Amino acid sequence: MALKDKYDVVIIGSGPGGLAAAISAKKYGAEDVLIIERDVELGGILLQCIHNGFGVEIFKEDLPGPSYAQRFINEAMLLKVEALLDTMVLDITPQRRIFASSKINGFVDIQARAIVLAMGCRERTRAQVRLPGTRPAGVYTAGTAQRWVNVEGYMPGKRFVILGSGDIGMIMARRLTFEGAKVERVLEVMPYLTGLTRNYVQCLLDYDIPLQLQHTVKRILGHQRVEAIEAVRVNEKWEPIPGTEEIIPCDTLLLSVGLIPENELSKKAGVQLDALTGGPVVDNNFETSVPGIFAAGNVVHVYDLVDWVTEAGLAAGKSAARFALAERRREIRHIPLLAGHNVRYVVPHELDKQTLMEEEVRLQFRVKQPVEEPVWVEVHSENNLITRKSERYVRPGEMVTIVLTPRHYEEVERATSLTVSIVER
Amino acid sequence: MPETYDVIVIGGGAVGCMVARFLSRYRLSILLIEKEADIGMGASSANSAIIHAGYDPLPGTLKAKMNVAANLMWDTLAGELNIPFERRGDYVVAIGPKELPKLELLLEQGRRNGVPGMHIISAEEMRHREPNINPDVSGALWAPTGGICDPFAISIAAAENAVQNGVRILLETAFEDFIMDGKRIVGIKTNRGDFGCRWAVNAAGLYADVVMHKAGVRPEFKITPRRGEYCILDRAEITVNNVLFPVPSDISKGILVTATLHGNTIVGPNAQDIEDKEDRAVTYDGLGELWDGAHKLVPSLSPRHVIAVFAGLRASGNAPCETPGVDYNHDFIIEIPREVQGLVNLGGIESPGLTSAPAIALRVIELLKEAGEKLEEKPDWQPIRPPRPRFRDLPHEEQKRLIALDPRYGRIVCRCEMVTEGEIVAEIHAPIPARTYDAIKRRTWLGTGRCLGSFDMPRVVDILAQELGVSPLAITKKGPGSEFLVRPTKQVEG
Amino acid sequence: METTEKMICITCPKGCTLEVTHDGQTVLKVEGSGCKRGKDYVERELKDPRRMVASTVRVRGGTHPLLPVYTSAPFPKPRIQELLAELRKIEIKAPVKMGEVVLADALGEGIDILASRDMPRMTG
Repeated sequence: MALKDKYDVVIIGSGPGGLAAAISAKKYGAEDVLIIERDVELGGILLQCIHNGFGVEIFKEDLPGPSYAQRFINEAMLLKVEALLDTMVLDITPQRRIFASSKINGFVDIQARAIVLAMGCRERTRAQVRLPGTRPAGVYTAGTAQRWVNVEGYMPGKRFVILGSGDIGMIMARRLTFEGAKVERVLEVMPYLTGLTRNYVQCLLDYDIPLQLQHTVKRILGHQRVEAIEAVRVNEKWEPIPGTEEIIPCDTLLLSVGLIPENELSKKAGVQLDALTGGPVVDNNFETSVPGIFAAGNVVHVYDLVDWVTEAGLAAGKSAARFALAERRREIRHIPLLAGHNVRYVVPHELDKQTLMEEEVRLQFRVKQPVEEPVWVEVHSENNLITRKSERYVRPGEMVTIVLTPRHYEEVERATSLTVSIVER
Repeated sequence: MPETYDVIVIGGGAVGCMVARFLSRYRLSILLIEKEADIGMGASSANSAIIHAGYDPLPGTLKAKMNVAANLMWDTLAGELNIPFERRGDYVVAIGPKELPKLELLLEQGRRNGVPGMHIISAEEMRHREPNINPDVSGALWAPTGGICDPFAISIAAAENAVQNGVRILLETAFEDFIMDGKRIVGIKTNRGDFGCRWAVNAAGLYADVVMHKAGVRPEFKITPRRGEYCILDRAEITVNNVLFPVPSDISKGILVTATLHGNTIVGPNAQDIEDKEDRAVTYDGLGELWDGAHKLVPSLSPRHVIAVFAGLRASGNAPCETPGVDYNHDFIIEIPREVQGLVNLGGIESPGLTSAPAIALRVIELLKEAGEKLEEKPDWQPIRPPRPRFRDLPHEEQKRLIALDPRYGRIVCRCEMVTEGEIVAEIHAPIPARTYDAIKRRTWLGTGRCLGSFDMPRVVDILAQELGVSPLAITKKGPGSEFLVRPTKQVEG
Repeated sequence: METTEKMICITCPKGCTLEVTHDGQTVLKVEGSGCKRGKDYVERELKDPRRMVASTVRVRGGTHPLLPVYTSAPFPKPRIQELLAELRKIEIKAPVKMGEVVLADALGEGIDILASRDMPRMTG
């Protein structure tokens, strides 16, 4: 695939939000649509969520995560959405220039007419719940363990304790049990389940995995590898209640303690974030505070169902396509005014060609070098001289003006840029 | 007949590595042994990352002499070894009127130690220089020669430079005993066999007491591990740009709030005497103590901004200061003891040990010369350790060039700290090969960002397995026993 | 023999806790149900409890070592462990297309095991 310099819509991330945005951008008329994905294939985290329960709202079917992703991947490919895989975006400017880096695609520098941020979310870690104790191997987020077990084909432990009763935690409890591991306990600091009841029944009750509410990990034990954790009951303020400690031998502690929108890139692009959601502030078109930069899915706020992420992606893709098309029309109408021989700069920098149909446009500039004899001031398109006038001399201290009038419209209409220069007679 | 060296350095922390590096200038055969899977894993790996100005130690102590002498060396040393180092200066901040007089005392102490350029600044000036400071600030002591560094890079860079200059380093090699010929040390016993030597340098850090006792030296000397806990804050949430100390207590410099070279703010340490020399556990109460200390200096810091917690152990000794009239019982030991021949004995190297390490190394050389060792300089000694590319620090144009040269620099493996596959592979094949996840982490700062490695971990395990030509099951976090994975998913036992 | 036990209905997200009195598979009384679907759920759970099962099988020559798979219909709950043991024995060859039958009529239950995604052949 030959990479273009400029795209109508560039989508960062190919999870459900990004795929939906790409598909919808194409459907609403964007021609060049590119997805940039950091992993080696499209689909995002859905590919490691091999359990069922996806698509009930959109497809009225109960699909596993990879199938849900595959349907959208297939549609995006059919629509000729382009993709840069194994590529990490380094930087986005508010002017929508994107810098990315890749082992296979090299250093990437492209301009987007519109951008959809669809980076999803990341997992909270041990530090964010401030778990005291040692720092041995065997403390992983549920998502990292999920990738190892389901995609890379390795078990990260034999005896597990899971902290957090979120859906990923409970689903991993069942998954690990399926693959022959023992899940000793699921601990939840809140006095209630934080995931879906359905998952409590199907993932924990079905396999006799004990859940303890209002419990947390007080400390991690073990130097090289986790040897045990100390569980403790907590009060309403999440403070450990002395005397309720229990040592649970295990070799792995999985953390399923919440998700946070992933917005490092949004910040670089100057997008305003909401401290509460952790994601960009968006309007009903999913446009952020930076014009032309849209955001959809878990990057905005963490959803409970993937179906809603898809819907947000569809809406954001449509808005991005509209923005990009307007941008294209503007680009066709607007042409740059360039400084030619002995000209330092020209104001205005761009010319809206439509204007010339009705009124004249005054071009003003300064020269670089004084010329103390008569010269031509000329305006050229790529091929033709459009107008010229004579000056008795030009000096850097004195501004020079030349006027384009409606009678130049026809010539200018065909031009893609105009150059102003000083020509000696 | 065992392998024999002129010098064996016992311990690969900052001090041992600096001694090996400075000694590598001379025609000597040198072996450095380290019990862990990597160098710099003890006290050198978990500290405040500060190059101290030298106003804190009591005048007349070895700590004061070494600190002030070493501070001057750091610009050249950091340049030669390509260690990240910035002389930002530091502040001792007085809060409320009662603490203000203590600044004068510290200033006087600093002047007696020979610390240049110190003066006291007003509360207003302090508020101007650090807008996050507690508004109740009453004044501050400014020491322009204080600096911040990359603490991991110090041991690693010094060790690499030593290897470049012919020093041999053996990891996972633990000292067990000395081999004596009467009163003379002729070798050491380790878990990997015996090695002969003319000189042994005790740079065993937390275990320096155990090592010197094996030689019958200073039986009364005892190292008490003093645990210090730390929190690292998310640079996206809050940034403190300066090194801020509270007014010190009798036993410790107190809980400081300091900038790091990576832009993260760090809070700590507290001080807790413990027995176990390996107990680097962070405690529930300790973290509470940190926040009380942090809020005294910068009230706007919040535990919500924490991205990592860790604890380090200071090798706190009980050696009396040998300068007459100085009443101090926690001084460094830097000596060639009379009881035995062939031992250079270093002990009680706690803070400011990291700062002092190069001066301690020079002092070791002096001691050897005084003992009659004819140290002959090697004409081909190479003091420069070549730098390796750091993708995140490069402008886009240079990133582009680097990727064109080696595409592996194009694959970002750690998204928070922007560490590439190219950098990881380079560390795996460096003069001191990084063979564990933590070894790569200390060299590249991968996995130290807000996601704590949850993104990079499976990828790094993969790269390590591929480069080392082993199964991912063999890859460890920090040496044998800390494997990440236990079996293939589909191979259920029984 | 008549027994009373607690069950959680998972028909809808509300998740009512039901107090169920039954004699073997015969439901005698259901209390705590928010709607009439609770009773149906209890009867199903007592007579023939079933679950959708998702797991993986080994795949050779693919872009990943494992292929995610799932049951074409809810599978009898008491035989899930048996099914998982069966799946551990399977190794298929890439390429695979989404929906392809990896194991037909699993354990004679009339339910197929399907590929959850495409698995292209590893290139290079």
